[in-house]
Amino acid sequence: MSIRISQIDKTYGNKGHGRKDDGRTRALEPIDLDIQDGELIGLLGPSGSGKTTLLRIVAGLEQADGGSIHFGERDVTHVHVRDRRIGFVFQHYALFRHMNVFDNVAFGLTAMPRAQRPSSGEIRNRVMQLLEMVRLQDFAERFPAQLSGGQQQRVSLARALALKPDVLLLDEPFGALDAKVRQELRRWLRHLHEELHFTSLFVTHDQEEALELSDRVVVMSNGRVEQIATPDTLYRQPANRFVFEFLGDVNRLEGDIEEEVLTCGNARVAVPGVENGRQELLLRPHEIRLDEQPSPRAHLPVSVTAVVPVGAEVRIELEADWLGEPWLATISHADFERLAITRGKRLYAQPSRLHRFDTTRPQTLAPLSVS
Amino acid sequence: MIRIGDAPRVRRLLIGVALALTALFLLLPLVAIFAQALMSGIDVYWQNLSDAYTLAAIGLTLLVAVITVPVNLVFGVFLAWLVTRFEFPGRRLLQTLIDIPFAVSPVVAGLVYLLLYGRNGWLGGWLDANDIQIMFAWPGIVLVTLFVTCPFVARELIPLMQAQGSREEEAAVTLGASGWTIFRRVTLPNIRHALLYGVILTNARAVGEFGAVSVVAGAIRGETNTLPLQVEQLYQDYNTVGAFTSASLLALLALLTLAAKAALEWRAARRETAT
Repeated sequence: MSIRISQIDKTYGNKGHGRKDDGRTRALEPIDLDIQDGELIGLLGPSGSGKTTLLRIVAGLEQADGGSIHFGERDVTHVHVRDRRIGFVFQHYALFRHMNVFDNVAFGLTAMPRAQRPSSGEIRNRVMQLLEMVRLQDFAERFPAQLSGGQQQRVSLARALALKPDVLLLDEPFGALDAKVRQELRRWLRHLHEELHFTSLFVTHDQEEALELSDRVVVMSNGRVEQIATPDTLYRQPANRFVFEFLGDVNRLEGDIEEEVLTCGNARVAVPGVENGRQELLLRPHEIRLDEQPSPRAHLPVSVTAVVPVGAEVRIELEADWLGEPWLATISHADFERLAITRGKRLYAQPSRLHRFDTTRPQTLAPLSVS
Repeated sequence: MIRIGDAPRVRRLLIGVALALTALFLLLPLVAIFAQALMSGIDVYWQNLSDAYTLAAIGLTLLVAVITVPVNLVFGVFLAWLVTRFEFPGRRLLQTLIDIPFAVSPVVAGLVYLLLYGRNGWLGGWLDANDIQIMFAWPGIVLVTLFVTCPFVARELIPLMQAQGSREEEAAVTLGASGWTIFRRVTLPNIRHALLYGVILTNARAVGEFGAVSVVAGAIRGETNTLPLQVEQLYQDYNTVGAFTSASLLALLALLTLAAKAALEWRAARRETAT
């Protein structure tokens, strides 16, 4: 089932009291979003960006001030939550604490009007099948309080899927779980999604989670959509500075540019194609190479203040007089050993790429390549 | 290192004092009630109990409880639901207003009702013209008792429902449940212990209320005397044994209430450890 969101907006606070703007918060600017049938979409943003509000409006748990929502051809803008045929997974599971796992999963079926309700045998089969799917068939008699967080969230998923919803909505589904369980559940959800082909929309503030799970990611901030793109595009071609900064660690370089060279204290670097004036450029930690000698195109002296040799790469913190805040660089273990990096060592940074976002379209520079 | 109160002598002393005070202030009066009531033997006790006025007082007390408890049960649940599940202007004010019956003296409550519904009161004239008697009759007693006991259920439920939040109800509605189904199968099971506790407290107060009732009842023997009023009147008549006989009934009710409360708490605790 496809989802079409058009011009949905929402403002919190007291309306129509003759006051102008005070006491009111714009939760959502008018938002448009088209979701294809069977797509898995991640809503990514910092807290207060409006992502949960949007999800709850799609669910019908909150009302938008304007705009419309269609599930396929069906206009559900004014349809009550209970008739929208959605499955909703809450961040803190929201399992019925006084019911055992079986009754929790069966709730949607047993709450149906008598005329439509399946027989108790059918309900039993369906519930056991769902519990098998979430690998909890041995836990049917347990109560929520007797389960771990990961197990509770799986029960909550089975419960949401019991009515075969057209649309599955998940609000920070793995937010309350520890890192390892989160990783496992993510993979499992992806798998389930490929198997069952429901359309789903999930909210997260975790960049990695959004990039790993989603077919497309919607990046939001301050109630606005900043970019809608596949994870790959999002990372490589961020639409603006916010997206670039939100998707990973960022280093800043600010200085005066004259004749395509940026100068900042005793540091300078070639910036091909950038006009004269004051300018701020950004770069990712992996876009920094370290060397013992400056190159003709980049003279950026730095000293090492911290070294974290854990993981696939070595994380190195760099400081210099000309830097406002320290830089973070990630280099290979091979480079780390070759340069014999220790704390306090003086090196030269070589930026392979620099990004600028003050132009209408973001621009990426390659300072080291000779044009 | 010795913590404060860890020394065996200090501990024994503290426990001893606590037990002695409990016996002196709580247990002794209770024993005294029954001792006084049975002072002239069990026959006199039964005789006093089967006194027509006393029987009428028992009947009236039960009537008040039977009306007050269900009304305040529904009202309390409704109020708690409203305050904890909805955002509306005046919500905080409403939450404060709930406490008024606790804050004012019951005698004042009685006087206010007298002012409103009495013969010279604001509504009294109209009521009189239509031949409806509220003051100095059972409807007045029920009204003030309703007023005095209305916070109990809501007060028990509001903190609990606030702590539990509305997530389970939201989950239920996304699963297609109707409002009534949600209340019956999700909300009610979650609040039932607090609800029962609120009902027990309401009942205890409805049966035992003296101040407010004495103002509006008018002390007509056999007609508007509830048990607490009956106790007082018998005592004024120098019928000590009779007064204590009625008092023993109230004490018995109180004991039953406490037992019911303890049983509930015990069951709740057992449930906690079981899960």
